[in-house]
Amino acid sequence: MARTNEFALRNRMRWFGDHAASFLCVTATVLVVAPLVAIFVYLIFKGASSLNIAFFLHKPAPMGETGGGMANAIIGSGLVLGVGSLLGVPIGIGGGIYLAEFGRGGKLANIVRFTADVLNGVPSIVMGIAIYSLIVVPQKHFSAFAGGVALGIMMIPTVTRTTEEMLLMVPHNIREAALGLGVPNWRSVLSITLKTASPGVITGCMLAFARVAGETAPLLFTALGNDFMSYRLDEPIATLPQQIFVYAMSPDDEWHRLAWGGALVLILLIVIAVSLVRYVTSRGVLKGAS
Amino acid sequence: MGVSIEVKDLNAWYGTTHTLQDINLNIPANHATALIGPSGCGKSTFVRCLNRMHETNPVARVTGSVQIGGLDIYEDASPVEIRRRVGMVFQRPNPFPTMSIYDNVASGLKLNGYRNRHELDEIVERSLKHSALWDEVKDELKKKSGASLSGGQQQRLCIARALAVDPEVLLMDEPASALDPVSTAKIEDLIFQLKSQYTIVIVTHNMQQAARVAENTGFFLMGKMIEFDSTHKIFTNPSDKRTEDYITGRFG
Amino acid sequence: MNNSQVSLPEFRPENNATGSEETPSAVRSFLLSRGSSAIADKGFSGLMLLCALSIFGIVALIASQLVVRSQLSLAKFGLSFFFRSAWDPPNGDFGAVPFLYGTVVSSFLALLLAVPLAVGVAIFLTEMCPRVLRAPLAFLTELLAAIPSVIYGLWAVFVLVPLMKDYVNPVLKSSLGWTGLFDGPNLGLGMLTAGVILAIMILPVISSLTREVMSAVPHSQREAVLALGATRWEMIRMGVLRNARIGIVGSIILGLGRALGETMAVTMVIGNDPHIYKSLMMPANTMASVIANEFSEASDDMHLSALVEIGLALFIVTIIVNAFARLLVWAVTRGAPARVH
Repeated sequence: MARTNEFALRNRMRWFGDHAASFLCVTATVLVVAPLVAIFVYLIFKGASSLNIAFFLHKPAPMGETGGGMANAIIGSGLVLGVGSLLGVPIGIGGGIYLAEFGRGGKLANIVRFTADVLNGVPSIVMGIAIYSLIVVPQKHFSAFAGGVALGIMMIPTVTRTTEEMLLMVPHNIREAALGLGVPNWRSVLSITLKTASPGVITGCMLAFARVAGETAPLLFTALGNDFMSYRLDEPIATLPQQIFVYAMSPDDEWHRLAWGGALVLILLIVIAVSLVRYVTSRGVLKGAS
Repeated sequence: MGVSIEVKDLNAWYGTTHTLQDINLNIPANHATALIGPSGCGKSTFVRCLNRMHETNPVARVTGSVQIGGLDIYEDASPVEIRRRVGMVFQRPNPFPTMSIYDNVASGLKLNGYRNRHELDEIVERSLKHSALWDEVKDELKKKSGASLSGGQQQRLCIARALAVDPEVLLMDEPASALDPVSTAKIEDLIFQLKSQYTIVIVTHNMQQAARVAENTGFFLMGKMIEFDSTHKIFTNPSDKRTEDYITGRFG
Repeated sequence: MNNSQVSLPEFRPENNATGSEETPSAVRSFLLSRGSSAIADKGFSGLMLLCALSIFGIVALIASQLVVRSQLSLAKFGLSFFFRSAWDPPNGDFGAVPFLYGTVVSSFLALLLAVPLAVGVAIFLTEMCPRVLRAPLAFLTELLAAIPSVIYGLWAVFVLVPLMKDYVNPVLKSSLGWTGLFDGPNLGLGMLTAGVILAIMILPVISSLTREVMSAVPHSQREAVLALGATRWEMIRMGVLRNARIGIVGSIILGLGRALGETMAVTMVIGNDPHIYKSLMMPANTMASVIANEFSEASDDMHLSALVEIGLALFIVTIIVNAFARLLVWAVTRGAPARVH
C-alpha cells in the first residue's frame, strides 16, 4: 500500500510540476510582452502627438520657444546615412558574394563569417573612437563625412552576412544553366545569381540601413551635432538619434516634444525595414522559380 | 554542320571516387547518340566532361583527352569558350526566373555582349521555332517570365536557349525524365528533327527513348563503357552479356 | 594554354555526303571572338575577396587606432590603470575601476532580471504557444531587438525613472532596506534603473537566440522522452533544455556581450558618477557611458587617452565575450549561416 501511495504522490508532484512550469512560462511571457507592447504604444502616442508639418520642415527653435522641428537632424541623418551606404553597401555585397560564390565552405570564408558576427557585437561607441582617431583628428574638425564613414563600416558586416544568406538561397541549377551557356563567371554571378537574389539582398541592405540609422554613439564624436541646417560633408552635422539624445537630456519641454517625434520617425523606419525583410524571406527569394 | 567527338582514355574523379574509367569512344557528327546504363554508372559525369561542366565541382579531376571537331577541349581552349560551342540541356528545366521568355532565349547571346536588337529578334524566333515552342508563346515573349510556363514548355524553352547560341554539339542529360509523357513525346520529336543539324548526345535511362531517337547507343556500367554500337545492334543482338542483362531488365 | 587574345580555331566540321563545309553563322563568329574572359574572372574574384577581407581590415583599424590614442595613458599608468579608482581629470589622475564596477554590476543585474524571463518566453514560444500566436510574437521580439538604444533611453528617462522613483524604489527600500543595497536618496536614476533598462533591452536578444537553439534540437529527442511517459515539462527539461543548454548558455553570454557595450540608454539613466557605492540606488558610470559623457569635452590629451584606454578595454572584452558566445551557439546549431543579430 505504501508503495502505491508513494507512486501516486510522485505522480501528483510531476503533474503539479508540469502545470507550475507552464504557468511560469506563460507568466514570463505576459510579464515581458505586456510592458514591451506598452512601451511601443506609449512611444507611438507620444510621438504622434508631436508630429506636424513643422517637424519636418523647420530647424529647432531656441530653448524656451515653441514651434520648430527636426529638419536639420533629418537632413543630417540623410546625408550621413548616404555616405555610410555608399561605403557599406558595395563592400558588404562584395563580401557576401565572396562568401557565397567563391569561398563557400572554405576555411577563409568561415573565419570571415565568424569575424563579421563578432564585429557586429562590438559596441558602436568603439567604432566612433576609431573613426575620430582616423579622420577627425588629422582633419582637425568634426564632420558629417566622418560620421558617414563610422556608420558605413558598421554596415559592412551586416550587409555581408545578409547578402550571403540570400545568395545561398538561389538554386544551384540556375547557376549551372548560366555556366552551361558559356557565360563568364563574373557575368553569371552579377546578372543571374545576384539579380535573382536581389529582392532579398536589397531588403538586407535596408535592414542594415535602418539599424545604423538609429545609432547615436558613433556619431557623438564624429558628426558631433549642429543646431543649424547644414548640407556640407566637411562640417559637424545633426543627426536624428543624436539630437533625440540631446533633447531628452535637456530641461526644455518643447525639446522633449521634438524628441518624441523624432523617436517615432525612427521607429517607423525600423518597423518598415523589419517587416519588409520578413515578408521577402517568408515568400522566398525567388518568385516562381521551380 | 555538326562535328564529331573523339574521347581517348578519359578518366574522371570526384574527390577520391573514380567515377569514369578509361573511356574510349567516337561519337559521329550529325547523329544522335544515346548513353544508357543504370543509375550512378557515370553517364551523366561523362556527358559533363564533354563541355567541362564536370570541373565546376571543386573536387573534380579529369585525365585523358576529348577532341571535338579536332580541337582538344582541355588543352586548347578555356571552359567558357567550349561551353559556347557545346550546349547543354539539364535534367530539370532551369529557365532564369527573373527573365522573360525572350530574354531567356537570348541570354546566351546578351550575356556575352551581343547587342544587335534586330538580329536578336530573329534568332529568338528561329530558336523557339526549332524547339517547337514558338506558336505557344509568340504573343507573350516579353511579358511572361520564363518560370511561369509549364514543365514541358520550360524544358523546350531551355532547348531554345541552348540552340540560340548555335552550338555544334548539343548535350542532353535525361531531358525528359522530369516531364509527363506528352511533353516527353514532343521533346523526342524535337531531337529527331534537330539531329540532322547538330551532333546530339542524350543520356537516358529510358531504353525505349534511346531506341526511338538515337542511331547509336553506348552502354555504361559502373564507370566503364561496356559497349558502343548502332542502336539496332545493341537492342537486338548485343555483344556483351552485361549489355544483354541490362536490356532485358535483369538488373538496373 | 588558353588563347584569350587570339580567336579560337573553329571545330572542323565533318565533310558529310551532303555537301561542302559551311561558313560559320554570324552568331558563331561573334561568340568565337569573345575570348575566355579569364582576366575579367580573375579580376572579379579578386575584388570580391578584397571586399570580404575588409572585415579583417576593420578589426585591424579599430585595434590600431585604439592602441595609438591610448599611448599616453598606457605609458603613465600601465596596467595599474585597471586597478585604480581615482577619476580626477583636472589633476590628471585616472583609474578605470569605478567603470569596471559599474559595467559589471549593471550587466549582472540585467542578466539576473532578464535571463529567467527570456528563457521562459523562449520555452513558451517554442513548446507551448498556440501556432496562431507564434508568428506575431516572434515578429514582436525581432522588432524590439531592433529598437535603437537612444529610444529605450528616452522612454527610460520619462517613464521608467519616475516609475522607479515613485513605485518601485520605496517598496524596495522598505522591504529590503536591511541589506544596505537600497540606501541613499531616491533619485530614480542610478545603478538599479540602469540594470532594469538593460534587462529590457537584452531580453529580446536572449529570447530569440534561445528559441533558435531550442528549435535546433531534433524532434526525435522530444519524442524519445515523451515515449517514456514524461509530462510536457519533463520532456522540455530532459529532451530539449538538456540538449540545448550549451547553446542557451551561449545566447546568455551574447546577451551579456550586448549589455556590456550598451551605451546610450545606460548613459541617460545611470547618473554619471565616477564613484563606487554599495547601494544600487546611487548613481554610477559604466565604461561605455563615461566615454559617451566625457569624450567630446575631454579636458586634455591625458584625459582623452584615458578614455580611449577604457574604450580599448571595452573592445577587447566584448570581442572575447562575443567570440566565446558565438562558438557556443555555433556548436549547437552547427554553423549554418545564422540569422544576423
